[in-house]
Amino acid sequence: MKLLKFFLVGILFGITMSKSEAFSWYRIQEMFRFHSFHMYGIIGVAVTLGVIGVALIKKIGIRDYAGNPIVFQPKEKTYIRYLLGGTAFGLGWALSGACPGPMMVNIGYGYFSFIIVFAFAILGTFFYGIIKDKLPH
Amino acid sequence: MYEILVQPWPWWFSGIMIAFIMFLLIYFGQSFGFSSNLRTICAMAGAGKVSSFFKFDWKAQMWNIMFMLGAIAGGSITRHFLSDGAPVKISQKTIEALQHYGFAAPQSVQPTELFSLESAFSLKGFLILAIGGFLVGFGARYAGGCTSGHAISGLSNLQVPSLLAVVGFFIGGLLMTHFLFPLIF
Repeated sequence: MKLLKFFLVGILFGITMSKSEAFSWYRIQEMFRFHSFHMYGIIGVAVTLGVIGVALIKKIGIRDYAGNPIVFQPKEKTYIRYLLGGTAFGLGWALSGACPGPMMVNIGYGYFSFIIVFAFAILGTFFYGIIKDKLPH
Repeated sequence: MYEILVQPWPWWFSGIMIAFIMFLLIYFGQSFGFSSNLRTICAMAGAGKVSSFFKFDWKAQMWNIMFMLGAIAGGSITRHFLSDGAPVKISQKTIEALQHYGFAAPQSVQPTELFSLESAFSLKGFLILAIGGFLVGFGARYAGGCTSGHAISGLSNLQVPSLLAVVGFFIGGLLMTHFLFPLIF
């Protein structure tokens, strides 16, 4: 039961990614060509509501379902890893048309070739774990 | 009724739902960041023996693995109950731009030129999917997060590092789309 609720939120996520068409390679291409507002609208609304909600949680001190205070982990204050890692991510995102979440949604939708994409994403993460000490962060 | 049910969602409603999902996870004591699952899967498979990066209590991440399994189920639910398989209505300009690279106008959600099993098991098709996936998995962990962790969660918490990561996402995405596509396709 503790884990079931996450499965249910995951279902909602899968439905959202597919119904919004954000899991479509075409939509990602359209975004990187600045031909449509669609993806920017989705991300813009999500972030606007996110900023307001996070600020409210901090201000009012809302607690989670178990009564624990909600803490937001700040990201490590460096910059090279975000720019270089982000660029590698973006190259892959534009090519395969999917970030990690939508890869899974595509598999569920019946596009089984995304199993290849996801398997190599796992390999990419594994490769990072092996060489991370040699990379600038 | 059926026509309404199978329509794609407008961008504003989709954005509201993504924020709602992020806040649900926060309310349940966790945070929205999908690519952590890639690291967890490595750890579950025993990668901790090779690198300390994968030596952590992965059982504490099972909630996110459940979320991931839910995402698969959600995609399947849309496919079978909430969609009529209509082509994605992308802009005419994108259709024309993609035609230069041999992509026909959308027939469904994904281009068969890339994601049909025939293409996936041709050498070039396989390499495209493999390299694309590899870069996503490598880049997400190097940058410490993906679209959910940085572009949604991080920006919502006004994190400058997340903004840098999103700038990186666009540097990479624009490079691929505008400079590498002509070389690849």
